[in-house]
Amino acid sequence: MRADRVSFTLDSTLETVNRAEETAGKMATEAGFDDEEVMKISMAVREAAVNAVLHGNAYDRGKKVTLAFERTPNDLVITVRDQGTGLDVGKIPDPLAPENLMKTSGRGIFLIRSFMDVVEIHPSQTGTELKMIKHVHGSAGDSKEASQ
Amino acid sequence: MTMKSSTRQVDGVTIVDLSGRITLGEGSVILRDTVRDLLSKGHKKILLNLGDVNYIDSSGIGELVSAFTTAKNQGGELKLLNLTKKVHDLLQITKLYTVFDVKDDEAAAVKAFSK
Repeated sequence: MRADRVSFTLDSTLETVNRAEETAGKMATEAGFDDEEVMKISMAVREAAVNAVLHGNAYDRGKKVTLAFERTPNDLVITVRDQGTGLDVGKIPDPLAPENLMKTSGRGIFLIRSFMDVVEIHPSQTGTELKMIKHVHGSAGDSKEASQ
Repeated sequence: MTMKSSTRQVDGVTIVDLSGRITLGEGSVILRDTVRDLLSKGHKKILLNLGDVNYIDSSGIGELVSAFTTAKNQGGELKLLNLTKKVHDLLQITKLYTVFDVKDDEAAAVKAFSK
């Protein structure tokens, strides 16, 4: 039986973004997701890590990114935490709005929400925690599709 | 895993063959520099062949948008060729698929540029 929870403390660098993506891919594969779901999960984690490194910690070498994976009976729970000033959730633009469609940035959170079953953003003055949940075996993913 | 880029000319159209990943960092920078270099040299009909691009993130999507807008603003045209399923799906969910002129046949794509 593998450990149910693992976490990493990483520097605010591009290497961290790549490592987060790779680790997410391995974790998702071990959790039994198919190739397409693995791609979505690893991409969501990559986008979350980009947000943490660039927007949260602003490449500050003194600030860390914490990446945690937890496997529960029904879910893969992934948490990415930065040490920035806290994301203003109200200011996250809708990248599908006509006025934003041709913008060159602002799609990260949208992609995370598209690829994961549950996304929670918890900003505070000491950083932002982004919690992403993917239901194992696609049960809730199926229900999400059906509910649309 | 890094991105590679090479260019060739076909009937006045510059075809940029891209392979690898267009992601934050090197991949995005290569795409940006390639398109800007072509435009600065007067090559204003650009066809980005994404057939061997197996991964793109939000930064890469942003670079595609930037390349499209930059070309257009300089009187040029930029089209996309041979999207992989992953890239196709990403452009669909971000509603950019209809913004870009996407082709799946190189000869037809070249002919589609204005004379």
